[in-house]
Amino acid sequence: MNRGLALKLLGWLRPIAPIILALLIGALILAALGRDPSAFYLQILRRTVLSPSGAQEVLVLMAPLLCLAASLIVCFRAGLWNLGVDGQYMLGGVFTSAFAAAATASMPYWLAIPCLVAIGIAVGVVWSMVPALLRAYQGVNEIISTLMMTFLALSTGAFLIKTVFDDPESPVPQTIFLPIEDRLPRLFDSLVHIGVIAAVVIVLAVHVIMTRTAFGLKLQIVGHNPRAAEHAGLNVKRLTLAVFAISAGLAALGGAIDVLGVRGVVRADWHPSFGLLVVPLVFLARFHGVAVIAFVAFFAVLTIGGESASRRADLPHDFLLIMMSLILLILALTDHLISRLKGR
Amino acid sequence: MHQHVHAGAPAAPVVSLSGITKRFGPVLANSDVSLQLYAGEVHALLGENGAGKSTLIGILSGLLQPDAGSIVVRGQTVSIAAPREAIALGIGTVFQHATLVPTLTVVENLLLGQPWWVRLRRTQTLERLAELSRLLGVSIDPDATAGELSLGEQQQIEIIKALWRGERVLILDEPTSMLTPQGVRELGVVLNRLRSEGMAIVLITHKLHEVLEFGDRLTVLKLGQVVGALEPQRFQEMTEDQARRFIVSTMFGRKEDSVDSAASARAPVAAAKRQTSVLQQPALLESRGICTVRRQREVALDGVSFTVHSGEIFGVAGVDGNGQKQLAEVIAGQMQASSGQVFFDAHDLSSASVAQRQALGLRYLTDDRLGEGTVGSFSVALNSVLKRVGEAPFWQRGWTRDAQITSYASELIATYDVRTPGPDAPIGTLSGGNIQKLLFGRELIRAPKLVVYNKPTYGLDVANIQAARDRIRAQAQQGVAAVIISTELEELVELCDRVAVMSRGRMVGIIEACDDYAEAIGGLMVGGDSR
Repeated sequence: MNRGLALKLLGWLRPIAPIILALLIGALILAALGRDPSAFYLQILRRTVLSPSGAQEVLVLMAPLLCLAASLIVCFRAGLWNLGVDGQYMLGGVFTSAFAAAATASMPYWLAIPCLVAIGIAVGVVWSMVPALLRAYQGVNEIISTLMMTFLALSTGAFLIKTVFDDPESPVPQTIFLPIEDRLPRLFDSLVHIGVIAAVVIVLAVHVIMTRTAFGLKLQIVGHNPRAAEHAGLNVKRLTLAVFAISAGLAALGGAIDVLGVRGVVRADWHPSFGLLVVPLVFLARFHGVAVIAFVAFFAVLTIGGESASRRADLPHDFLLIMMSLILLILALTDHLISRLKGR
Repeated sequence: MHQHVHAGAPAAPVVSLSGITKRFGPVLANSDVSLQLYAGEVHALLGENGAGKSTLIGILSGLLQPDAGSIVVRGQTVSIAAPREAIALGIGTVFQHATLVPTLTVVENLLLGQPWWVRLRRTQTLERLAELSRLLGVSIDPDATAGELSLGEQQQIEIIKALWRGERVLILDEPTSMLTPQGVRELGVVLNRLRSEGMAIVLITHKLHEVLEFGDRLTVLKLGQVVGALEPQRFQEMTEDQARRFIVSTMFGRKEDSVDSAASARAPVAAAKRQTSVLQQPALLESRGICTVRRQREVALDGVSFTVHSGEIFGVAGVDGNGQKQLAEVIAGQMQASSGQVFFDAHDLSSASVAQRQALGLRYLTDDRLGEGTVGSFSVALNSVLKRVGEAPFWQRGWTRDAQITSYASELIATYDVRTPGPDAPIGTLSGGNIQKLLFGRELIRAPKLVVYNKPTYGLDVANIQAARDRIRAQAQQGVAAVIISTELEELVELCDRVAVMSRGRMVGIIEACDDYAEAIGGLMVGGDSR
């Protein structure tokens, strides 16, 4: 076979083959447990893409995940490991929620929503400046510092909800409830809110900025070879701060969209942990904006459909988690194998 | 100078190398080299960078196999196929770079390398350590952490490691390059003891005073050949000044049959003519007392001052690692000076960023082409505009214009004869010479005023070396100043109006082009920091 054609085929195979393989292995496990694999997979589809409300749920779940994906694409392309996205997400959500009721009551709706989103983003950005400044000026490893900051953010958020942001009328510690009519506007009476559209646009915009602009190229130079960036006269310190600000801002925006679009309230025991789930998806998509949308959609379908399918197959919820980890693992392995084949 | 009197009848050599020839592709690293090592003698091995010393030592320590020639150890012809075999023959080598694990203790370091299935023999190790410590005349705490010892003490442990399996021959590759004067004195004491114990020692060094102080016998290599040797008897009879003159002239002197030297013999005359006019040009770059803070194990700059005039080619000579790279980085703005100032074209550069210096017409062509000069996975085209990201016409309001970048890169590729499959090929797939050509183009194409070249021809083939030198000279004709950092003396002699010599972070002297240019520079290089 012609080499060019073979490479093209492998390129197409790269995202699809691992998914098929993972589903096959899942089927084997299901069969071994005495369940009908085809029924299981069919239920996943029936519950999600084949049902109007299921499809809407998938889209709604995708919104915060896409914000996190955009956040991670920016920092990974710049070679920085902002693993504190969960903390930034949490604080963005908590602060947005804390001021949501007051803002919508005191300002016109069209002004209140952007203000609340801005508050969420601002909190995330400020929060990320601790690891950002440490990294830029002291060379402190951001992997450790951002993970520690997440730990701190989760407890700080819970602490704030139990103290200053607590709704005195509610028996459990939580922020003041945001009525459904004050949340993000919805499209055509569906569950899908405007945050979903915003998230898709943001991912695509991030992709274009990273690949088509001078700013994106500067970040990529820093990411690929920081010493070359220094040598070329780039201000690596300032770029590092910018990367953290953008990345954290996008993660916090995810939290704000989650709260304003779906939750409406944050309880003290809220522990968002989407960030570390999105990390492998972003890597599998090779930091590509369009590819990451596909991976996030696949992930959302599995989450929502799998929940229902496991219940119906009388399997514990943990089975779904096993399936998903397995799929991610196989995705990573086949991806590696295919790129090795291609490299030859 | 030599306290050691040798018995009249010459003993048989412990190790005898004869007719050793080793070729790496087109480069003849060793050509018919013969060398004898005798018990109770320090054999000093001298030569410039690339003279073939490391190859010869590699062959002796089993790292390299000679293409021709024979090795005789204690009367037996042997082939040393692996470092293990060299050690078994009692030939131990202390390489230039540290091999100790800094977080382990001395005794743990000595236990390393035993097979994993045997129990660690701590008692035997301690006994052997004590035995060798006595031999060296040093005292070492076996439980001290290696990284916390002084460099001199670390080196004593390296020597002990080299002698661990047998003490017959010890090879020391530039043992004093990292040591303080105190450490050098201690090493001298150790060497004297080992010599009186009857060991054969090979001492590789760049420093003349060390040869005069420690050496009994001397061999000078140049371009892979033995160009000079002194027997102990003759060496002893010479006065210090005679020996010094002999070494400098064999190391750096002209040889009639050498093409390179013939070219460089003509060059100084031309350079000297140019130089008088060039030095009357206004000063372009002025460095006043630059000092830097030491980074890890590197040397720090210590009060470096010099001036470069418009159109001047200013050379910086010295053994690698004596602060040349730091000097280049301070000028380029990549490294902060802790004190001192740099002026360029009437601007004080103290607080200028790398980008601001570039805008003033100051360019730095790095020697680390893949490490910092380029982004290996990026295309040739992107790398050609790496220092101009965001500038018109390649970017317009921040948006990348691929067509402009590609056409500019194609022009650069054609003008500078870069051999690449195309502007889109990742630059990491190109050969070092072709990457260097692109970097030359990148720095020279937009009106520089001064270019700092760090090892501009390192790793290039003969044709490219000549092309690079011609470019530097052509730029100088147009008034572009150059600072050339190089370890190749021939190159500096051929190109430079003046050459400064660096040693341990200091500029020990500046030499103007003259008749015995190479010898004058060489003399400073080998004797630079002693007196």
